[in-house]
Amino acid sequence: MRVVVVGAGEVGSNIAASLADAHDVVVVDNDPERVEAVTYRLDVLAIEGDGTSLAVLEEAGVENADMFIASTDSDETNMVSCATAKTVSDAFTVARVRKTDYLTTWRGAEGAFGVDFMVCTDLLAAQTIVRIAGLPGAQDVDSFSDGRVRMAEFEIPEGSSLANQTVASADRFDSLTFAAIFRNGDVEIPRGDTRIETGDRVVVIGSPESCRLFAAEVTPETGLEDSDDVFVVGGSEIGYQTAKLLQSEGLTPRIIERDPERARELAEDLAESVVLENDATDIAFLEREHVSDADLVVATLPNDEENLLVSLLAKRLGAKRTVAVVEDGDYTDVFEAVGVDVAVNPREVTAEEITRFTREEHTQNVAILEHDRAEVLEIEVSAESLLANRTIADATSDLPRGVVVGAITRGDAFVTPRGDTVVEPGDHVVVFIDTEVLAEVESKL
Amino acid sequence: MKVDWRASASLVGRVTKYLSVAFVVPVATGLVYGGRGIVPFLVTGAVAIGLGSALERLDDDPDIGAREGFLMVAATWFVVSLVGTLPYMLEHLTIQNGSLVHATETTLQRPENALFESMSGFTTTGATVIGSFSFEDHTRALMMWRQMTQWLGGMGIVVLAVAILPELSVGGAQLMDAEAPGPGIEKLTPRIAETARALWVAYAGITVLEMVLLYGLHVGGLAPNMTAYNAIAHGFTTMSTGGFSPEARSIEAFSAVVQWLIIPFMVAAGVNFALFWHVTRGNPRKLIEDAEFRAYAGVIGALAAIAASILYLDPGLAGATTDAAAQHYDGVAAGPITHTFPIFGDVEGALRQGTFQAVSIVTTTGYASMDFNAWSGAAKYLLVFAMFVGGSAGSTGGGIKIVRWVVIVKSLRRELFTTVHPDAVRPVRLAGKALDERAIRGIYAFTLLYFVIFFVATIALVVDATLAGRPESLSVLEAMTAIAATLGNIGPGLELVGPMGSYIDFSAEAKVFMVVLMWIGRLEIFPVLVLLTRGYWSS
Repeated sequence: MRVVVVGAGEVGSNIAASLADAHDVVVVDNDPERVEAVTYRLDVLAIEGDGTSLAVLEEAGVENADMFIASTDSDETNMVSCATAKTVSDAFTVARVRKTDYLTTWRGAEGAFGVDFMVCTDLLAAQTIVRIAGLPGAQDVDSFSDGRVRMAEFEIPEGSSLANQTVASADRFDSLTFAAIFRNGDVEIPRGDTRIETGDRVVVIGSPESCRLFAAEVTPETGLEDSDDVFVVGGSEIGYQTAKLLQSEGLTPRIIERDPERARELAEDLAESVVLENDATDIAFLEREHVSDADLVVATLPNDEENLLVSLLAKRLGAKRTVAVVEDGDYTDVFEAVGVDVAVNPREVTAEEITRFTREEHTQNVAILEHDRAEVLEIEVSAESLLANRTIADATSDLPRGVVVGAITRGDAFVTPRGDTVVEPGDHVVVFIDTEVLAEVESKL
Repeated sequence: MKVDWRASASLVGRVTKYLSVAFVVPVATGLVYGGRGIVPFLVTGAVAIGLGSALERLDDDPDIGAREGFLMVAATWFVVSLVGTLPYMLEHLTIQNGSLVHATETTLQRPENALFESMSGFTTTGATVIGSFSFEDHTRALMMWRQMTQWLGGMGIVVLAVAILPELSVGGAQLMDAEAPGPGIEKLTPRIAETARALWVAYAGITVLEMVLLYGLHVGGLAPNMTAYNAIAHGFTTMSTGGFSPEARSIEAFSAVVQWLIIPFMVAAGVNFALFWHVTRGNPRKLIEDAEFRAYAGVIGALAAIAASILYLDPGLAGATTDAAAQHYDGVAAGPITHTFPIFGDVEGALRQGTFQAVSIVTTTGYASMDFNAWSGAAKYLLVFAMFVGGSAGSTGGGIKIVRWVVIVKSLRRELFTTVHPDAVRPVRLAGKALDERAIRGIYAFTLLYFVIFFVATIALVVDATLAGRPESLSVLEAMTAIAATLGNIGPGLELVGPMGSYIDFSAEAKVFMVVLMWIGRLEIFPVLVLLTRGYWSS
């Protein structure tokens, strides 16, 4: 597949990097330094020029492209690039935008702006934050099969009732599968006798309800409830979208924004939230507003260092959980290591979303775990699939280690996969796959 | 930059000139009833055309900015009211033995009384100084003119001018804003003249509907006194929330069915007319979603329910019948008054009287379906409270206006919240839309000023009575309700100035003072008060 990526910023070059192995990638950017960097760092063709210029796109061979991804920082540039590409090619166009208004317009008239798929970075990040916030203790949460299946990753805290139990004895949940355990950076596929240890990161796949029950087992904390005290620090677009989503879940989030004009804007827009105009690093202010009683603090300031500071301050004051946005993907581990409960990187989220379209057709949805150590895919089983009309035990024996069928949905029904479950063509399966065997396995499923 | 008063005066002249068209109605009325009393209108019409043309000549091409707009609006109302005094003063004027004399003396012939009645009419106040409601004393033409001034003033003389006069298309929004009740105006269409026309069409349409229904009741035998004349007169004064009635006993002179029918029309008159426009455009949700309309409906519902409950439970009103009407009544269609009843324990009666009076006062119409002076304390004070509520913005109602109270209540609630959370940013919302802080400040300023004027004016009225040597003749309640009723363009107050009373006993100075109150009340204070500031006239 020939892919043209406009914009060699962080998102663009990350996408290019993840596609470069399997596809022919052309990157277009008008910054010569970035073009040079991409040329040497990745095995892709980098062209210097304006992505909205037809001449430049023709130089990039857009006529023969199968996919066109516009991922610059400018929403308008991305949309115009897609529209320009559409004038000479049938490529599937993907545009990255920040502004939710554009997404709303596009959803109202699919194909608007010449865009076939629109990815709203900030909205995605906000959705991820709220999803994670809904499951206490969860490091990562993703939905599959229209929300009927959930994948969640938990870190087993010290003193958890699950610590030192075997998977077999921990498996008390009706429709839940233990997909994998990340331990010391390794992926381990759990067997019945695998012992769960403190500090392990356990990936489970199952119905939303069983994931909730499991979360309750991992930590005694409960998920978000209407009465919860939630703070959103920073009125950036992510903060705004997060507050909006929390509002729609029936919560009354408090948003802290230091710029008076932006604070007023937020207050006008978010009727159910309380907007506080102050500097979130002012400890006296945080104490006055009882951040110590907060059930959740989400740091969405534009600056990583400040997000870290605010999260740690809140933790120190007594906040139960903190989620921080990290713009620089390299910092996510550091954040989580020093005490931030969850770090969310909008660029990674965007990359996940865009990767969906680079997958083969039958892949419905994908979640990337532990910074691309493993993936969870949703696949519609075709008649040619290795899984079709076989029991899972039978099928997995033909697959390498590192593949776990986590959940099956048949029509509207949820089927818990066990060794003797027979997979039927048309079923949707949610599969955990170690990245190492991904290329080998994906075509067979 | 100096105020271009010539431009303002010229436009005032134009409006005055066109006002003479309105004299067609009283003249026609006079002709229908044998030609009695049309001469004063012919004379006044000529005066209006003459004066208007003269003023118009001050500026051939008037160009109005914000300042000229205030002056024009304020002056228009005053000049129009002045011209409107002439028919009252000229009535029954004949030549006897070579000199002009009044063939019959009426209270309206005194200049201060004529001015009071005229201003009360145009500002839709409905306070009267008429001594005798009788077609023997006053011609039908004059009484029809009296109702008609209210109809002209209801939706606004200036709004009407903007709708009709093409030269007001630029700056029309400015003018309408200075005149229209409530903070700010809503443009319904891109062109302001069209908006003004839409409002007047809705206004005229509902008025005609009411006239037809009222007369229909008469034809159907349900309203013996509601002749065509009365139907037209009451249509004019209901929809303008004016409250003038050619009957001394106001709406008490009519059957219960008529009273019930008038209630919804009074309610409609107190609704923002822009909402009717939206409803006729197939957008009825606008009505239900409108925050002010909901508050308005709630206030009316609550006050009506409380008033009705008090009347129903109050044994003091057991004997309060409306027999008295028979003595005073000297209306057109002679016939028995059919609705004498005790209110105590009478569900329909209590509900009707409570609702009618609550609606009448909240919308500032000022009609009475009975003498509510006879009510007991609680019910009466409820009406005093209602005097400070007012109709909706963009309606014909006067007073402080519901929307201001809604904003005030909401912003007070915000104050309570920010006391606990000093850093909180909390816009005040009206139907989900955040209000500008300046608009809120303006609303506070208006309301405070309204009350300051109310109290100062009350004191002034008491002082006036003292100077006249009869302080005992004016009770506090009389003074307060007289001021509230004129400043809020309501009409009747309590006791002396109650619904069956009149303002005739006040001194000439007090009447002129109340004329000013009606004037500034109708224009919502600022357009008039700004003319008194030095900054307005200098640069």
